[in-house]
Amino acid sequence: MGKKLLLEHINEPGIQSFEVYRKKGGYASVEKALKSMKPDEVTEEVKRSGLRGRGGAGFPTGMKWTFLDRRSEKPRYLVCNADESEPGTFKDRYLMEHLPHLLVEGMITSSYALGAKTSYIYIRGEYMYIVRILEKAIEEAYANGFLGKNILGTDYSLDLYVHPGAGAYICGEETALLESLEGKRGNPRLKPPFPAIAGLYACPTVVNNVETIAAVVPIINIGGDEYAKIGVGKSTGTKLISASGHINKPGVYEIELGIPVEEFIFSDEYCGGIWKDRRLKAVVAGGSSVPILPADLIFTTAKGEPRLMTYESLADGGFATGTMLGSGGFIVMDETASIVENLYTFSRFYHHESCGQCSPCREGTGWLEKILHRLREGHGKKEDVDLLVSVAKNIEGKTICPLGEAAAWPVASAVKHFRKEFEEAAARLQLSAVQKAELATH
Amino acid sequence: MSENKKIEFSIEALATAKKIMARYPEGKQKSALIPILHLAQTEFNGWLSAEVMDYVASLLSIKPIEVYEVVTFYSMFNSKPVGKCLIEVCQTSSCWLRGSDEIVAHIKNKLNINVGETSADGMFTLKTVECLGSCGTAPMLQCGADFHENLTVEKVDELLEKLRNKNERSSYLKSMITDR
Amino acid sequence: MAKVTIDGITVEVPDGTTILNAARQIGGEIVPPAMCYYTSLKDSGGKCRVCLVKVTQGSAKDPRPMPKLVASCRTTVADGMVIENISSPEVLEARKGVVEFLLINHPLDCPICDQAGECDLQDLSYEHGLADTRYEFERRTFEKIDIGDKIKLHMTRCILCYRCVLVANQLTEQRVHGVLDRGDRAEISTYIEKAVDNDFSGNMIDVCPVGALTDRTFRFKSRVWFTKPMDAHRNCTKCCGKVVLWTKGNDVLRVTARKDRYGEVSEFICNECRYEHKNLADWVVEGPRHINRHSVISQNHYEKIDLLKLKKEVERQLVFQKGKQLPPANQSTTYSTENGNSQTQTHA
Repeated sequence: MGKKLLLEHINEPGIQSFEVYRKKGGYASVEKALKSMKPDEVTEEVKRSGLRGRGGAGFPTGMKWTFLDRRSEKPRYLVCNADESEPGTFKDRYLMEHLPHLLVEGMITSSYALGAKTSYIYIRGEYMYIVRILEKAIEEAYANGFLGKNILGTDYSLDLYVHPGAGAYICGEETALLESLEGKRGNPRLKPPFPAIAGLYACPTVVNNVETIAAVVPIINIGGDEYAKIGVGKSTGTKLISASGHINKPGVYEIELGIPVEEFIFSDEYCGGIWKDRRLKAVVAGGSSVPILPADLIFTTAKGEPRLMTYESLADGGFATGTMLGSGGFIVMDETASIVENLYTFSRFYHHESCGQCSPCREGTGWLEKILHRLREGHGKKEDVDLLVSVAKNIEGKTICPLGEAAAWPVASAVKHFRKEFEEAAARLQLSAVQKAELATH
Repeated sequence: MSENKKIEFSIEALATAKKIMARYPEGKQKSALIPILHLAQTEFNGWLSAEVMDYVASLLSIKPIEVYEVVTFYSMFNSKPVGKCLIEVCQTSSCWLRGSDEIVAHIKNKLNINVGETSADGMFTLKTVECLGSCGTAPMLQCGADFHENLTVEKVDELLEKLRNKNERSSYLKSMITDR
Repeated sequence: MAKVTIDGITVEVPDGTTILNAARQIGGEIVPPAMCYYTSLKDSGGKCRVCLVKVTQGSAKDPRPMPKLVASCRTTVADGMVIENISSPEVLEARKGVVEFLLINHPLDCPICDQAGECDLQDLSYEHGLADTRYEFERRTFEKIDIGDKIKLHMTRCILCYRCVLVANQLTEQRVHGVLDRGDRAEISTYIEKAVDNDFSGNMIDVCPVGALTDRTFRFKSRVWFTKPMDAHRNCTKCCGKVVLWTKGNDVLRVTARKDRYGEVSEFICNECRYEHKNLADWVVEGPRHINRHSVISQNHYEKIDLLKLKKEVERQLVFQKGKQLPPANQSTTYSTENGNSQTQTHA
């Protein structure tokens, strides 16, 4: 069994309540940080831990914290990104639903490190039932002196609020999230300035994912160095993986970064193998935005080494033979799955979720969906396969925010690795067109 | 419920709205827009008419167009009336891999409506949505705040029956704010 | 000050200048096109992506190249920055792609569009577009609507530059239109039928880079290249009063603000100047306006207008307005037809 830093007590009855959570050692990080550490020392521990943003981009958290403009006279904000919307990802929901106090605790400790007096948890509107769970946890934290004025008798005070969104994937992009939190449309901002300089209400702001903030708790409890001992190289600590698709045991698993992909898919501790005794066809390893990999490439790197569940190993080989850890949304497809159909659901998703602010994404995502729709319905043509790649290429790198890449990469990689399937889909229609013509003449 | 009723929040809803507004710094009350729109959608029969949006704008002292811009951006806000129960079926990758197409087809058949339509009795509106973060328990649908997961056609039948008997308007909002 | 090099040409500009404005200081072919950026509109730019350029050296201090192409209108220069625009095949390729995206849902109805001849999208596609389209799907369409009695909104032609929204934010107290819906369903709208009615609303027309917002009082009156633009001014209490009169014969068909060589207005005008003074006599005519477009509008010879003759005509009209009999014209007379359309008759 791998080490569990986040989900250790998840099966404890009543762990949603302050009382049980506290009994299991909860809020120790707040006590330790507020009573014995300076804010910068907390940041220092996070830097030493090597923790990387768990929302998908994998940017070093400690470094992000040091970018926060501490010379500004303006208030500083910590905003938790709980807008989990990347297809294939449901770990934050699981964590917030079952361990709400872990997030609240992480928010307090992190806010202290950053000098934030008010912090917000921006949660996707569809998770409204979790708003209630979080608010209850926050209420208990206030009642027990962990939130509000002079926390634990120190001169540190913090208010924490939950703020629901209303259905927009784009609000997972941090500047779109801030726009939304200000009561506007979720249009990503042009950067610079980055939120660390001008974020919420143009004040210095850090935006961190739910799992990232939760990970601060064990980091402060055991120390950054201890945390960094878990994992491989620059992939330190544990990571929540959301496993779904054609596997025997879909669910959220906490893994030590560095276990082999093969073990993750086939061991009974995790996915438990492919369902219905079928064979593995493909994996989307880090949420819908990352390149899809066929079975032969997911288990071994180009160098022939076993591929590991780490940022580096999954990315090994670049986009030719590799992918990304992303948000840890691990979607498994068996031999019966149609890559064309699956890609169609992705492209429909990005088309639906484009904010429409910049032209390549606004126009390109819809075009991709339409081409895939026609391929799927059997009305496509041979040229469509290259057209898909070309349109994706024209979006990639040209947009304001990373939704452009998120829409382009799945297309580029699916055609790259499964070109035959796309050509067959295109040919299917040509056949039927011929047949139709024949039928018409008879 | 009555059509002639003046558009305004109940006393309780207004108190909640004020509490929500107090969460944001002075002069930043526009931040409360999305939470208050959720509240309004629940108060006013599950959708946001122009009159309701204008009312919300006046509550927050912002221009009506600022509310229209936001309402039409976010997929959870309905700018047209919907049936009593809004059935939202996820159809993205993992749900599709596990049979969401069959679930959608079954509901269409059962209620005799297409996606985007409301059943003749005004009870159900069917909507397909993109990933709701329930991929590990796919296929799934959302009705109000409730997630219904690991769906089969039998489970869908049971659910529709239950909702019909309960005869309550679905709402995302169970409770959004607690007293503090 | 910062020294920057664009396509091999070095220029020194104040700190905080954008790459686009540095390029405009150099001028000529190396200036990136811009469809959404507008100097006098705060927060404009960054959206259309046609001005993307490649930064091959970030600054003298940090010579690393920027990882992605950047929007030149919103990226500020640094001392020692090296930029490639037309010298970069990558940039030209990207621009071609962006232009294609802007056109796939555009109706290409230039033959019936009042903006034709002074349309930024037309110019852009001429320079950077493909000869034919790869898009075979039905194009997105919207209903045409009148937002007030002076402005026609042709949403189907819109490229969502947001300029008209920013104009309303900046010049008026009550913005009543905005961008609704999202993605490729997004549209400029008032949501509920509402007139955009304020003293400066007409500027929405001037800032629109395409034919999405057009002047209803000029609708189908003339192709712009058959009109003669004249700089003129009047004493106005609401605005600067400096305009361009678009004339045909001696009729003023349209009044607009003055646009610079990049199509931008720096001094906005009020609706009174725009709509209420379509009469040469109301204006002090300064002379022909040079239009710097490479499109057909610059191809006629309006700049050779005889100012003296024009002055005489103005005087003649003034006399006429005072109720006296119209003195015999030696050039032309104008009259209005019943439906309000003006026509010009030229006498031999």
